[in-house]
Amino acid sequence: MNNVSKSKLHGLWALTNRELKKWYKAPVVFLLTIIQPIIWMSLLGKAMNLSALIPSNIPGVDPQTVLESILGTGDYFSFMAIGMITFTTLFTTMFSGMSVVWDRRLGFLDKALSTPVSRSVIILSKVLSATLRSMFQAAIIIIVAVLLRLQTGSNFTPLNILGVFAVIFLICMGLSSLFIAINIRSTRIETPMAVMNLVNLPLMFASNALFPINFMPDWLQAIANINPLSYTTDAVRQLLIFNTDYAKLAFDFAYVGIFALILTTIGIVLSWRFLNK
Amino acid sequence: MSEDAIKTEGLTKVFNGSLVAVDHINFSVKNGEIFGFLGPNGAGKTTTINMLITILKPTEGKASILGYDIAKHNEAVRYSIGVVPQEYTADEDLTGYENILLCADLYGISREISKKRALELLELVELTAFKDKKVQNFSGGMRRRLELACGLINRPKVLFLDEPTLGLDVQTRAATWKYIKTLKKEFGMTLFMTTHYLEEADALCDRIAIIDHGKIIVVGTPAELKDSLGGDIITVAIKEDVDITGLVKKIEHVKEVKKENGSYMIKSENGEVTAPLIIEALRKKGHVVAKLSLTKPTLNEVYLQYTGRSMRDAEDSGDSIYAKRMMMARRRH
Repeated sequence: MNNVSKSKLHGLWALTNRELKKWYKAPVVFLLTIIQPIIWMSLLGKAMNLSALIPSNIPGVDPQTVLESILGTGDYFSFMAIGMITFTTLFTTMFSGMSVVWDRRLGFLDKALSTPVSRSVIILSKVLSATLRSMFQAAIIIIVAVLLRLQTGSNFTPLNILGVFAVIFLICMGLSSLFIAINIRSTRIETPMAVMNLVNLPLMFASNALFPINFMPDWLQAIANINPLSYTTDAVRQLLIFNTDYAKLAFDFAYVGIFALILTTIGIVLSWRFLNK
Repeated sequence: MSEDAIKTEGLTKVFNGSLVAVDHINFSVKNGEIFGFLGPNGAGKTTTINMLITILKPTEGKASILGYDIAKHNEAVRYSIGVVPQEYTADEDLTGYENILLCADLYGISREISKKRALELLELVELTAFKDKKVQNFSGGMRRRLELACGLINRPKVLFLDEPTLGLDVQTRAATWKYIKTLKKEFGMTLFMTTHYLEEADALCDRIAIIDHGKIIVVGTPAELKDSLGGDIITVAIKEDVDITGLVKKIEHVKEVKKENGSYMIKSENGEVTAPLIIEALRKKGHVVAKLSLTKPTLNEVYLQYTGRSMRDAEDSGDSIYAKRMMMARRRH
């Protein structure tokens, strides 16, 4: 046992990099992950221009002001572009559940389990790789959005971008832990797919990513108000396009942070108990 | 270090509260031994291996590897063992070299050492020329050799091989065994293997256990097991039409004589020694030996004797889902 690292985290980067290589070393997959958010953003953000619905010929009504009172920003595209970041995050993290099932089916998981690598490291590597992928996609969206004239908030500084990545990191940790935990024992690839289909759109629409919460029916508001995606989206908007409300931002961070902490802990604890043959 | 590389005491696995896959098995494997684990599909071979390599918790009983309890000291066990699984578990999107390095990382071996070892192992399994090719382009034999290299990266003291030559052509099988023998000699490893190729087990294993229905039926050296069948079979025919049963029975070493279709089936230990005695005895009485043949019992006979001839359609044996998994692996890309 000489020359062997005794760190409890050994193998974490090796396993994470294994997942990432499947992505960045496959040109087609890599290209699609770049193109996908761009298509969504241009479709939902530019094509469906909500401000065009507000008549501009009524005296005393300025569409810009109306929109600002509804969305918090006068520019619908900017509002939507941030929603797209959340959308992409959710989508990418969902696939982490599938990779657990693949590894179980193909025997890779069994092999890893017979080595001294820690069970939590196996789970964390999947969480981390999904997180890094999401953060990369978020960066693409921000760049494209800026090119498409994203209107930044009045007190925006480039440092806020760091804050954006911090909150995306947290939500991705939480979400991928959730989807991995759901699939930790499943041997059928249909299970994660069914889970994805079930929660994908409800989670998205029951949040402020595409539509402001205030205008939702009460029951939906109740759901949207506990949905961590709402707080993620709000945090990113506060940092990029709103006139930052620091109290709200702090609460967003706390909410998403606690969500991430709890879910990651659950994932790790489940891995001790259920990650075996 | 304890004398035994592997020791089990009443090791048992029950699935879903009722399906007894492994039923209170006791055996020990000595240090440096090649131990063969034989049995029909669904007999409990893979389940036993899975418990020994610490990926499946036993329902009952104990087992230890090099004196480390598989439940209490599973980390120490994992550091000392290597596993060559039945499936092709290498990552198809990575190259052969990357796959071995990944295995090394799982053991926390420093890059400096793992790079050197990986190249040595690739050389050993004759994959150096393909080290930077993606595994999805490898043939079955190449993938099997890569699995072997991965299983050896941590210089294991005990190597588990689950059907290491399944589905390989004759050349690759021979090569695989050559590597394994070299390694055993060089590193003094203990090998625990399952196989369906009985002639391989016969040629390679120091000792063999036959398991069926989750229970170990018999353990011994290949020679002991073959002897347990009662010895060699000598078939004799004579020109004259007289009964020689009584005469033959008196000859030394002969255990049993049966007349069948005009020939005599004679069961005897040390057939090579007995056959000349038979010829001599017959000649003395004036009989002319027309035909004589000597058959040594093979492990096939031993195996069928102990496990019966009926085929097994056991449910989810681990072996049976092998084919399905291979299909899945192919479809993934």
